[in-house]
Amino acid sequence: MSLFRDRRILAGAMTLVAAAALTACGSKTSDEGSAAGVTADVSGDTVKVGLLNSLSGTMAISEVTVRDSIMLAVEEINAAGGVLGKKIQPVGEDGASDWPTFAEKAEKLISEDRVAAVFGCWTSASRKAVKPVFEKNKALLFYPVQYEGLEQSPYIFYTGATTNQQIVPGLDYLKSQGAKSVYLVGSDYVFPRTANKIIKAYATANGMTVLGEDYAPLGSTEFGTIVNKVKSSGADAVFNTLNGDSNVAFFKEYKSAGLTAAAMPVVSVSIAEEEVKGIGTQYLEGQLTAWNYYQTTPGAANSKFVAAYKAKYGADKPTSDPMEAAYVGVHLWKAMVEKAGAFDVEKVRAASDGITFDAPEGLVTVDGKTQHIAKTARIGKIGADGLITEVWNSGKPVAPDPYLKTYPWASGLS
Amino acid sequence: MTAVTPAPPSTAVHPAPVGAVPPGRPAGRSRLRTLAGFAFGAAVLFAVAPLVLSDFRLALLAKYLCVAMVAVGIGIAWGRGGMLTLGQGVFFGLGGYAMAMHLKLADAGPGGMPDFMQLYGQLDELPLWWRPFASPWFALPATVLLPMIVAFGLGSLVFRRRVRGAYFAILSQALAAAMVILLIGQQGTTGGTNGLTDIKGFFGYDLDDPVNQRMVYFVIAGTLLALLALTRQLIHSRYGELLVAVRDGEERVRFLGYDPASVKLVAYVVAAGMAGLAGALFVPAVGIISPALIGIVPSIEFVIGVAVGGRATLLGPVLGAVAVAWARTALSERFPGTWTYLQGLLFVVVVAFLPGGLASLWALARRRDVGARPVRRGWLSLGRRRAERTEVPAA
Amino acid sequence: MTVLFGQLFTGISIGAVLLLIALGLALTFGQMNVINMAHGEFIMAGAYTTYVLQQSITGAGLSLVVALPVAFVVAGTMGVLLEVLLIRRLYARPLDTLLVTWGVSLMLQQLARDVFGSPNVQTRAPELLTGNVALPGGLTIANNRLFILALALAAVAALTLALRLTPLGRRIRAVVQNRDLAAVSGIATSRVDRTTFFLGSGLAGLAGVALTLLGPIGPTMGTNLIIDAFLVVVVGGIGQLKGSVIVAFALGVLQATGEYLTTLSVAKVIVFVAIVAFLQWRPQGLFTLRTRSLA
Repeated sequence: MSLFRDRRILAGAMTLVAAAALTACGSKTSDEGSAAGVTADVSGDTVKVGLLNSLSGTMAISEVTVRDSIMLAVEEINAAGGVLGKKIQPVGEDGASDWPTFAEKAEKLISEDRVAAVFGCWTSASRKAVKPVFEKNKALLFYPVQYEGLEQSPYIFYTGATTNQQIVPGLDYLKSQGAKSVYLVGSDYVFPRTANKIIKAYATANGMTVLGEDYAPLGSTEFGTIVNKVKSSGADAVFNTLNGDSNVAFFKEYKSAGLTAAAMPVVSVSIAEEEVKGIGTQYLEGQLTAWNYYQTTPGAANSKFVAAYKAKYGADKPTSDPMEAAYVGVHLWKAMVEKAGAFDVEKVRAASDGITFDAPEGLVTVDGKTQHIAKTARIGKIGADGLITEVWNSGKPVAPDPYLKTYPWASGLS
Repeated sequence: MTAVTPAPPSTAVHPAPVGAVPPGRPAGRSRLRTLAGFAFGAAVLFAVAPLVLSDFRLALLAKYLCVAMVAVGIGIAWGRGGMLTLGQGVFFGLGGYAMAMHLKLADAGPGGMPDFMQLYGQLDELPLWWRPFASPWFALPATVLLPMIVAFGLGSLVFRRRVRGAYFAILSQALAAAMVILLIGQQGTTGGTNGLTDIKGFFGYDLDDPVNQRMVYFVIAGTLLALLALTRQLIHSRYGELLVAVRDGEERVRFLGYDPASVKLVAYVVAAGMAGLAGALFVPAVGIISPALIGIVPSIEFVIGVAVGGRATLLGPVLGAVAVAWARTALSERFPGTWTYLQGLLFVVVVAFLPGGLASLWALARRRDVGARPVRRGWLSLGRRRAERTEVPAA
Repeated sequence: MTVLFGQLFTGISIGAVLLLIALGLALTFGQMNVINMAHGEFIMAGAYTTYVLQQSITGAGLSLVVALPVAFVVAGTMGVLLEVLLIRRLYARPLDTLLVTWGVSLMLQQLARDVFGSPNVQTRAPELLTGNVALPGGLTIANNRLFILALALAAVAALTLALRLTPLGRRIRAVVQNRDLAAVSGIATSRVDRTTFFLGSGLAGLAGVALTLLGPIGPTMGTNLIIDAFLVVVVGGIGQLKGSVIVAFALGVLQATGEYLTTLSVAKVIVFVAIVAFLQWRPQGLFTLRTRSLA
């Protein structure tokens, strides 16, 4: 390339950069309020909310149905007249299974679209990535998935279970069934590693032995060795914190190794109805799950939710715990806004304590201090029809305790 | 460099290489024009962009410019040196982690530990290998030197054994995969999948403050311009010509008495250093570094930006990287459900039908007949159509 | 001892899966130097073919048997389409095929998401293939893994015979060894390319059917497998089948052993280090194709 041409290209290039930059700012809003605390734009007769889920990439297998269920809640609310007389206008963004993208899109929803609240995220990594964005801008996120606890951000409402509403009841159930030893299998990321730390502390305090602990990289589908190890350990039960695709490979391997739900049951915390459908009951029948909601959970609220979901998305589409928690999140936000009488984030937060909602999973109550919600814990068994039926529940909603402060054995964990 | 080019004979690069300066062009005049170009670029980046863009879009541009820095490096290694490096994410990550480790330690204060360590690692004290990063005098040079050292180690192994072409591409890709697995496995000390997040300060400046975010943007824009100036010097130097010669006829260069392995190694190490610098600046701009940014997918996306822009030109990689990153944002905002089709289509169309990248559009517009270029069909490619490894140069 | 043999078999069966995936690549990558990143999506196409067939064929065993040839043809046809529409234009730029097919793979994934939905789908395996063979000493060998091992070996045998004995095989080998000389000898090289691509992609389809017995069936199922498969071909030596076979099993056993002694993550890193070290020793792979060309 000659210098002559070089310079032409240089000039052209810079023009292009300028053009791209100008196009990029097509939707530029004025700079006002860009300092800490962007206020939501509620001037019109609609109010915008952000939906932030992965529609592409590896996490899309789980997150797309959560988006569907949020949309259902939004439509229901709009059909009933909206929130404070304003219709909800959803703004959808794709997190693309990539944590920095989540942060970018969260920032965009807050500062460009000026939404009143954001619903979404799935993995802990995506939540950790967006947390500083919400805290910096003092905006609200409703996070719908069970997670590893040990977190309490003032700008996040956690509508899924924390550890004492899912993992601890799961362990209690195993103990009541006489399990003396467990084997821990999980994906290699924050939730399983933290969950297993809690399980080990619980086991030590309750006379259970942990016979082994194995992690597979997210997305890994080769479980020959891990299942061999599980099998030769002779544990009474397996506690499974695998996520996504790995579960399919694990259970296929589990069955071909000759392990059964009767001999060595597996308690899973990331397998809901949707995942059962992707694995097949051939491999899963009789295995246990720990959640707060199943499609079969009794009650009028659930019948209505399931019917509405199937009517909108198809009769063969199941409903699951994270979908329900996301659906509940939208309704809880509406109730908070109406109690506060404003969309203002600080007012909504102040109004949140004690808000209840007759959710498909039963009555849930927001705990304003931790911003988690009290939920009923339920252990279920996977049936031949692909649905999960409850075999045990906690009787009443369990108060959220993200740092496990009320459990003496967990004192060393946080 | 002196070790690489032992008194090169003037006829070293015989069949008019792409990067050569045609004789008879007054050097002073073109230098002036290049200077004018740089001044124009500086004006756009420093004056126009901050004026017309909102804080959010400016922060995005800062992110794109970091990607563009990686692209400049790839332009040298791949466009000029013919090494398709699909593992630049590793070097980007090394730089990014080095910087993030320092900033996390600075946030934690003297004697403090990053928040996630107590949470996930249950560590009582800082791991040994974290300690040096508390000092900026170690951490800052490390962001560039660490990637260069790794690249030097790997490069001196593989280039000397003449691992090249597709072999090298796939090997570098596997390196990225291995690096990600390693980082995720050490959750207690690296933050695992989460990476290092929630970085609050940058050498005493609060990163939540939009004014400081702007400052970071200016630092990034300035660094990019400086890297471009450096790269221009490099590709117009004797070494730059030698590099192109190695790309187009490695055996021939070897027979001429040079050591192609060393020539390639320099380009690879320089590219790694640029990626490391980009990673280091990415951290204050975005506030996060995680394995998701350094694996196979982002590493390929770095390269695609370069291909889209025009791999063998100086500015093509920068333009391409910014264009691809911007297209990704714009398309996914406009079409959240279907943007991956459009992105895939963009890659296919540009790479398959516009081998010189967008930069060749400029040449076409200048009515330069791209097809009339002499076909460089050396005796090395005797007999096999596919052995013609020479990349089609852009304008 | 039991554990040792158990792990050895696990390693061999990991190798069989790798081999099944890498076999198609060994053909397309080996013959045409095409780095086809969409190979993983052809595997996905094979798996979805099984799923679609099961909607109409109820017997799990029968549907699997039918799926094998159908998936071969479906994936093979996709391969030919890709070759005709794009790759044909890129023979002079082998490294660019990587970027182009990466774009194609993005589009195919999104297509699968739109057609079959984002969540994974399930297929039923015949009961026979979900059991295991019990050997003395408490050792069990999973039937599905035996099936995949048999399928992989059968595919290698069929391919070897086809390359050695049939006129088509002779033409393929001739083109691999010296394309221009083959062309001047009257071989229609572009037609041979197309056939090779059909075979290579078809093998990916077969792998997809086999993988429904082991893992998930979803839009991104192919991406996790593809890099390992490329490594197998590179280490085995481009243009050679036997190299890929040996390397696939060696890497499988190495990974299984490493995983048993340490963790899966560490095992993967060990495998990578071993590969870099190996390429120091043999930079062109285990077996090199000797030709008269210099490059």
